[in-house]
Amino acid sequence: MADTAVLVAQVPTVEGKVRPGQAALAAHLDALDLPRGGFSRAARQDAAQRLEAMGLPGARDEYWRYTDPAPFNAARPEPLEFAADDATLFTAIDRLHLVFVDGRFDAAASDPLTAEGVEIESLAAADAGDDHWASGLYGRLEAAGQVPVKRPFAALNTLAAADGLLIRVTGQVARPVHITYRRSALDADVHLHHVVKLEEGAELTLLESGVLGARSNVVIEADLARGARLHHLSAKRAKDPKLGLGHIFARVGAEALFKSFTLSVNGAMMRNEAVIDIAGDDAVAHIAAAVLGDGNIGRFHHDDTVFVIHGAERCESRQVFKKVLKNGAEGIFQGKILVKPGAQKTDGYQISQGLLLDEGSQFLAKPELEIYADDVKCSHGSTTGALDETALFYLRSRGVPRERAIVLLVLSFLADALDEIEDTRLREDILGRLEDWLTERAGNPGKA
Amino acid sequence: MTVEIGETIEVREGVDRETVETVQNMGSYKYGWDTDIEMEYAPKGINEDIVRLISEKNEEPEWMTEWRLQAFRRWQTMTEPKWAMLNYPEIDYQDQYYYARPKSMQVKPKSLDEVDPKLLATYEKLGIPLKEQMILAGIEGAEGAPAEGRKVAVDAVFDSVSVGTTFKDELAKAGVIFCSISEAIREHPELVRKYLGSVVPQTDNFFATLNSAVFSDGSFVYVPPGVHCPMELSTYFRMNAENTGQFERTLIIADKGSYVSYLEGCTAPKRDVAQLHAAVVEIVVLEDAEVKYSTVQNWFPGDEEGRGGIYNFVTKRADCREARAKVMWTQVETGSAITWKYPSCILRGDESQGEFYSIAIANNYQQADTGTKMIHLGKNTRSRIVSKGISAGQAQNTYRGMVTMHPRAKNSRNYTQCDSLLIGDKCGAHTVPYIEVKNTSSRVEHEATTSKVDDDQLFYCRSRGMDEEEAVALVVNGFCREVLQALPMEFAMEAQSLVAISLEGSVG
Repeated sequence: MADTAVLVAQVPTVEGKVRPGQAALAAHLDALDLPRGGFSRAARQDAAQRLEAMGLPGARDEYWRYTDPAPFNAARPEPLEFAADDATLFTAIDRLHLVFVDGRFDAAASDPLTAEGVEIESLAAADAGDDHWASGLYGRLEAAGQVPVKRPFAALNTLAAADGLLIRVTGQVARPVHITYRRSALDADVHLHHVVKLEEGAELTLLESGVLGARSNVVIEADLARGARLHHLSAKRAKDPKLGLGHIFARVGAEALFKSFTLSVNGAMMRNEAVIDIAGDDAVAHIAAAVLGDGNIGRFHHDDTVFVIHGAERCESRQVFKKVLKNGAEGIFQGKILVKPGAQKTDGYQISQGLLLDEGSQFLAKPELEIYADDVKCSHGSTTGALDETALFYLRSRGVPRERAIVLLVLSFLADALDEIEDTRLREDILGRLEDWLTERAGNPGKA
Repeated sequence: MTVEIGETIEVREGVDRETVETVQNMGSYKYGWDTDIEMEYAPKGINEDIVRLISEKNEEPEWMTEWRLQAFRRWQTMTEPKWAMLNYPEIDYQDQYYYARPKSMQVKPKSLDEVDPKLLATYEKLGIPLKEQMILAGIEGAEGAPAEGRKVAVDAVFDSVSVGTTFKDELAKAGVIFCSISEAIREHPELVRKYLGSVVPQTDNFFATLNSAVFSDGSFVYVPPGVHCPMELSTYFRMNAENTGQFERTLIIADKGSYVSYLEGCTAPKRDVAQLHAAVVEIVVLEDAEVKYSTVQNWFPGDEEGRGGIYNFVTKRADCREARAKVMWTQVETGSAITWKYPSCILRGDESQGEFYSIAIANNYQQADTGTKMIHLGKNTRSRIVSKGISAGQAQNTYRGMVTMHPRAKNSRNYTQCDSLLIGDKCGAHTVPYIEVKNTSSRVEHEATTSKVDDDQLFYCRSRGMDEEEAVALVVNGFCREVLQALPMEFAMEAQSLVAISLEGSVG
């Protein structure tokens, strides 16, 4: 990989001055082993140019006002001692199980890459060739998602990703595709890039779980053709202060359905960005998250930055974000519904709620609407507060111990987000796990 | 209304005269005429000499001149903020006049004969009653005449100078000081020095800093402890001169346990070239005091093609400095080509309260980026935000607001509701709230909706015999009702008709 210099030009200067973020970018790129790329080469070169133009984010960037980009900007992550991660999620479900270790596909630990109605390859294997169906998507949806708000780390991912999955779905996939992330190195700095393409009428359930590394940056590009359905479900719990960046760039075609649910429990700094481009008429896109943060495990800071763009008629979008915060945990929500001119009969809704379990925790929200069409119904709500003492009192008067009552109230607070999981088996699985974790944290091992 | 119907207009059978008159009166900005009056200008552009000149014209003490110069030097290092969702051509700050006053105001007139009749006519035409008008023009002795009905004391600002302030004597009896800020700097320097810049510092933002350097006049109010101001106070801003920016500064101080209601109105002539307006309003509210500040902003919005209009960059902020202070902002924003305005409340005192009620209407090519900030610092503080934005034509209307609950602001509450109404498919309505909650005992609720005028409601009104414009006006008035109700009575009537006028031509 000697010719990475081809991809990364000189650090650009404006009238001789190095722009802010450029020096950090140069150092960051130096620390990475940039793949040369086969079919993805052009996309990687474009990403390098975008990244040079943008630089890494600074504290003055509007969409980084609540999250300090410094730990993500740093050339290398701090090495992180970690305990064994939970590996039991989704195990009871009949699924196609694929394993990544430190950001590399582990074929030996995975199921064979064959299933009816779907083609799956690892990016590392496929990118040796020059021609691939994914060449029209890799880095392309990410590039489109850079407007109107720049997302430098997504461009960095397109440039630097060494592996990932390329999934093309042509029919109904009976078994969910489950990606498990594992880590072995203490200082793994992982860039993973998945491309998911659903042909007309195709359907896929994509599950993600596990911890990628000390610092991770994941991009999922999803392209849904007419009538396609993608259910995306991600559940991650870290017992140590890891850093994570996640990006979803989805293009939703006519009559298609896109649903994404993320459960995040602990970790340190996490930022999930989503750009959902609803491009075809009568499409539906839902994105939801449930977040539990305990500042005692490590500085907990969880940021969801979501853009839903309505570019077609009669589409529906939902954003449901719930965050439970304690011991100085910080929850951020920046969400936008953008309705383009002509996107009539749009039905857009967004709710963001923070539940603060003690003094010192924070919930910061910026729920935006930007609307250029008149025949629409768009609304958003945002609330922040403590547990309802009346509800707590009621439960206790019925003999429910305080700790258990809190668990019940937290679960009911999260219920709207969990309801976004369509598959009841998966929802039950997540709910059960969530209850275990909550009970464990509440210091009451005996579940009622 | 006594409009002569011209020969050319044919009154058809079944159409009554009133309808024709109403139609004739509709459609355009009512206050778009100008007063042909001899003006005295400072040279075009801005530099330290201009700042000194303005200070000199106002006969200011040395400390004030220095204060302005500090602001000016700071301003030169600042850049214009671009974060608002506003799109306008680059403003050439050197291509403006920063000071303009009618020649006849060089010496303050002592009797009716001395007041320039053109100035009198201007205020008459703006609909200010004659009795008031006499007082407005600064006639000494007119205060003794009995005023009819409800009393409203007025400070009238014409371009860069205050023409006069009414009911000063009567207010003085109650201990209330109400005068132009230039007068206050001369007569009450200790109050001005103590409070000026204490809410909006010289360094606050690009436009406020510019204002600090070049503000020429504005109003000053001081309500002493325990005084319930005996009448409503009001300032009427009129921009007349061409290529002239208006930079007024208002300072209101409500001492412990006092109350005052303050109204602000503004109009300007129709001109093809956009004009700059950068005002600062500072309100200091002490223990148990209450201030109501209501604005009907009706600057010239530009014509149907988007030519001309006022660029309105305003910094308004109230500081509830002590316990149980209360402030209420109510604004009806119908004018201006560009509105950049965020009346804010700093809720520093425990149990202090801030309220913000707003209607922002943007039609044709108007752009409004407006909202509020509620900064909760004290315990048990409360705030409420009700914002109604209406967009029509090609207009863009943005609500931008911030609610912050600091860790110390325990048990505080905020409720925010912002609704947007879209009329037509070429306009835009946007909501950009920032909600920052840093303690657990506070509760913040935010709701926003965007919709169009409901077809069922329109159909109902039409089936009752209303035409489409009337029906829309009625629905829109209903949409704004919560805010209209928060306005003082005089303003509520005016605002209601303004809502209808501003939307003219946006239907069908």
